[in-house]
Amino acid sequence: MLEVTDLVVRYGRATALDGVSLELAPGEMVALVGPNGAGKSTLVDTLSGIVAPAAGRVVLRGRLAQVPEGRQLFAELSVADNLALGAWRSGRGRAGRDPARVFEVLPDLRPLAGRLAGTLSGGEQQMVAVGRALMADPDILAVDELSLGLAPRVVADLARHLRELNAERDTTVLLIEQNARLAFDLCRRAYVLESGRITASGPCVQLAESPQVARAYFGGTTEGAGDPVPGGARDP
Amino acid sequence: MSAFLTYLITGLALGCSFALVASGFVAIHRVTGVVNFAQGTFAVVAGLMAGSLLGRGLPHGLAEILAILLAGAVGLVVGVIAIGKRGTPPLASLVITLGLGILAYAVEIIIWGDQPISFQMVPGSVDIAGAPILRQYLVVIAVALVTFAGLGLFFGRSYLGKALTACASNPYAARLAGINVMRMGLLAFALGGLLGGLAGVLVTPLQPVAFDSDVALATNGFAAAIFGGLNRPGLALVGGLVLGVAEAFVAGYLSGSYQTEVALALMLAIMIWRASRRVSVAEEPA
Repeated sequence: MLEVTDLVVRYGRATALDGVSLELAPGEMVALVGPNGAGKSTLVDTLSGIVAPAAGRVVLRGRLAQVPEGRQLFAELSVADNLALGAWRSGRGRAGRDPARVFEVLPDLRPLAGRLAGTLSGGEQQMVAVGRALMADPDILAVDELSLGLAPRVVADLARHLRELNAERDTTVLLIEQNARLAFDLCRRAYVLESGRITASGPCVQLAESPQVARAYFGGTTEGAGDPVPGGARDP
Repeated sequence: MSAFLTYLITGLALGCSFALVASGFVAIHRVTGVVNFAQGTFAVVAGLMAGSLLGRGLPHGLAEILAILLAGAVGLVVGVIAIGKRGTPPLASLVITLGLGILAYAVEIIIWGDQPISFQMVPGSVDIAGAPILRQYLVVIAVALVTFAGLGLFFGRSYLGKALTACASNPYAARLAGINVMRMGLLAFALGGLLGGLAGVLVTPLQPVAFDSDVALATNGFAAAIFGGLNRPGLALVGGLVLGVAEAFVAGYLSGSYQTEVALALMLAIMIWRASRRVSVAEEPA
């Protein structure tokens, strides 16, 4: 579904991504974890075509839609308008802009349709951002920092929606997260990105037990997931 | 009473012409974040072109439409130069539009000379409550109201209008959604050109237009646009009307030689008052 090979991205003289390779199979839910400044958002912006790579290869079979870090809604427009604009590139005309199919997946959005996006709570905005990405009918959903700045209960709710999408609609999910506990709970496989390089990858269970990863992301404990998100990961 | 009504309707028409110029500023700024100081040029180009075409025997209607389309094309060219290079900061684009406006003087003098041009569009006057009002004033008011209603519908209801607003609201998210932000910016410049051109063909029958008329048009249009924060067409219309009526009353009851200065001072006072109210609200304890 997605193959990234030896990807290099530079901003001027600074190298943001240095030989990154990863792959996603159809229906997988894969995590990409790493600290601030590791290059996670640069990677997903490159996959979205916002950033041009200096070298390497990205093979994408299908459509990728991104839920960007910080939600990035159109604050002055209504929720319905935000959702409709998510279908801009779908090329399905007026029917493609009907948010009914997103309301089926995210029913909490329906009563918010007429509200201005800028007036919503953080959790509601994140849900709109997910809904807007879904309006593009993506084969791969790249979610950048789902949990950023949100209360644990709200994150658990959003995580449940993501899992349902993955399980029931077969949407491939790339979850880009600083919160490794959440990412490892939701996903079966993960990549660790540090300073623009993939430093570890494999099943989340194994990564969580790795002393290096545990020290960096779980405060030195190998007990892993902490507050678990109900449901766990599914097989691709 | 007759004089008052004459000044009022004259001022409303004048204000509508300012508002049309302002709408061009707003259309461009709300999408691109650029203050387009070539906005007055679009009106001048259209006014001069319409006069030229009518002088060559083209019928009314066709001549004005062609002139407005030319202004739209000029707007597109200004847009290509001002924002065509990705990453150009809005301040740099502003300076580019200023430079293009000055460059336009030379082109306009070469094509149309340096003498003012005017033409008659809708001749005659009507009597309203004993006040003789030029029909052209009523045309300006009617066209402006229809244009602003259309702009409101376009930005508020149409998918394309919302995509244009999205580009201004969050260009990064717009790009993620697949919207070509650059193309939308150029569309906004073309729209700004059309709106400026519309103002130009409506104003030229009332006041002769020359190559350097852009300064007065842009100054008043910019003041009206600022009233709406350069982003809200409805408030720009209100700003234009306040400015136009103030100018007409100053010219009628005091002196025409400083009507613009007094009207702009009034606008400044209103904006300072509005800004101070916002601060007061912000300072109120929660």
